[in-house]
Amino acid sequence: MSDEQTNADRAIADAPQRKPIKWLRYLPAKIASIPMILTAMVVFVGGSVWTIVHSFTKSRLLPKLDFVGLQQYERLWGTKRWLVSVENLAIFGICSLIFTLIIAFVLAAMLDRKIRFEDAFRTIFLYPFALSFIVTGLVWQWILNPDFGIQKIMQGVGWESFTFDPLNNPDIVIFGVLIAALWQGTGLIMCIMLAGMRGIDEDIWKATRVDGISTWKTYVVVIIPMMKPVFITSLVLIAAGIVKVYDLVVAQTSGGPGIASEVPAKYVYDKMFLSQNLGQGFAASTMMLVMVIIILVPYAYLQYGGRQRG
Amino acid sequence: MLEDGPRGAKPKKRFSRNNIILYGTLLLVAMYYILPLYVMIVTSLKGMPEVRLGNVFSPPVEVTFQPWVKAWAEACTGINCDGLSRGFWNSVRILVPSVLLSIAIASVNGYALANWRFKGSELFFNILIIGAFIPYQVMLYPIVILLREIGLYGSLWGLIMVHTIFGMPILTLLFRNYFASVPEELFKAARIDGAGFWGIFLRIMLPMSLPIFVVAIILQVTGIWNDFLLGVVYTKPDVYPMTVQLNNIVNSVQGVKEYNVNMAATLLTGLVPLIIYFASGKLFVRGIAAGAVKG
Repeated sequence: MSDEQTNADRAIADAPQRKPIKWLRYLPAKIASIPMILTAMVVFVGGSVWTIVHSFTKSRLLPKLDFVGLQQYERLWGTKRWLVSVENLAIFGICSLIFTLIIAFVLAAMLDRKIRFEDAFRTIFLYPFALSFIVTGLVWQWILNPDFGIQKIMQGVGWESFTFDPLNNPDIVIFGVLIAALWQGTGLIMCIMLAGMRGIDEDIWKATRVDGISTWKTYVVVIIPMMKPVFITSLVLIAAGIVKVYDLVVAQTSGGPGIASEVPAKYVYDKMFLSQNLGQGFAASTMMLVMVIIILVPYAYLQYGGRQRG
Repeated sequence: MLEDGPRGAKPKKRFSRNNIILYGTLLLVAMYYILPLYVMIVTSLKGMPEVRLGNVFSPPVEVTFQPWVKAWAEACTGINCDGLSRGFWNSVRILVPSVLLSIAIASVNGYALANWRFKGSELFFNILIIGAFIPYQVMLYPIVILLREIGLYGSLWGLIMVHTIFGMPILTLLFRNYFASVPEELFKAARIDGAGFWGIFLRIMLPMSLPIFVVAIILQVTGIWNDFLLGVVYTKPDVYPMTVQLNNIVNSVQGVKEYNVNMAATLLTGLVPLIIYFASGKLFVRGIAAGAVKG
């Protein structure tokens, strides 16, 4: 642990020796860390444990330690609304992952072609990310409005039978949400990928040009494999964001029509704060935690486990 | 695309087929991205009769600022009809203390973690960073209980505390990494001259870390302004932040839908982060890149 020695340790070694009382050493640093320690231990660890423990109770209006085993989870997975929520999350998640990665990569590759007005294009692609999901959801609710939006315009130019009304069609409503989510989020991933591409050595491009490999093929065969870490980061970012999807759905569809666009985060909120069914809320939020762990464990393994062996 | 012929640098053709495809695609995509902003602006400048006659893309024939006035000062949520201005000021009153408090705590803490490591400091820090990946939903209710215990549930200060807590992982990481990159000779010299914890922080570290503070401010201002979930959980209707009030105005089921007022309200809510975005340029990208690569 000798390399753990800090600046302060080394400085102290040089300074005239005083005999400090042990726990008083670095006292200001310890005091400054109290908010962090409280947040980490009380809110993050304590809060999570508290919620997980209470998910095994039959708490309703108030949290009670009245254990009922896995009953809340059995009820949860027997509830249609929760099943629809998880299914929506899966569809939304997979589509959002695929489309975000493809669109962001293609846009980044185009911006990387030494084009003019690169800054202007990047500014345009990224600005939606500054807006909240509430604003995003409300704008797209308006654009997708069947009486005034895209559907009306297409009908107006003579295509009378054109129908595109995702927000009122239970079968495709989640894709309406997806359009808005892609608009909001692709810019960020594009910026991350662009930064990754800028990190690739110019000589690699020269080498492929000498070998007569087309631009297209270079991207697929050479650049993408080289950008594996960037892709993994993007993947984790997108995935962690997907599990939390809440505001967008609330603003754009309120979970409707019916329960067609419900998501797990909304289930948790509604059970906890609207229908006074705390036990269900705790069980559902614990399931969300499980989802995040399922996403993060392979990532942590790739990031840290792999490095040790290599 | 190397064929037989001269191998030297090709003279660049401005209107080659590839270029037309490249710029054409970029322009098309750029239009898709600009469209919602355009729609918000034009809709908010039309009167209701015009909105009903036209479509979302048609530019206003008669420009009116009435929807903006109404959204700001008269739009109703529930029984209150004093417009979005109330939410705006609530958001400001939440934003300013949250940003100051979270950055003050995180900067001192990051400095302690970088230069004054004590036994266990790294462990707590790692727990904090892992905690950043826990969905908020898991911690929502325990925090309700905590806030209720100290009597802050439903008040602005309760929400300010929550923002400080949830902003802590990323901000602490940001400052810790920044202060760790400061040359240690500087730190050593100050120690030998007898400067203590606060002396070094205030007189050496603070003056040289202005850029990282700007990044942290951008990160926090946009994040807190755009928050919806925490606002709706931890405040009561009369102190709702702007995003929550906006959603209540637009998605209320009572009365006739006034799309132009709704779009003016939406644009008003988005204005603060948009201004920050366009004014800060590259720093914004740095801020979100820092915020994005948590852990």
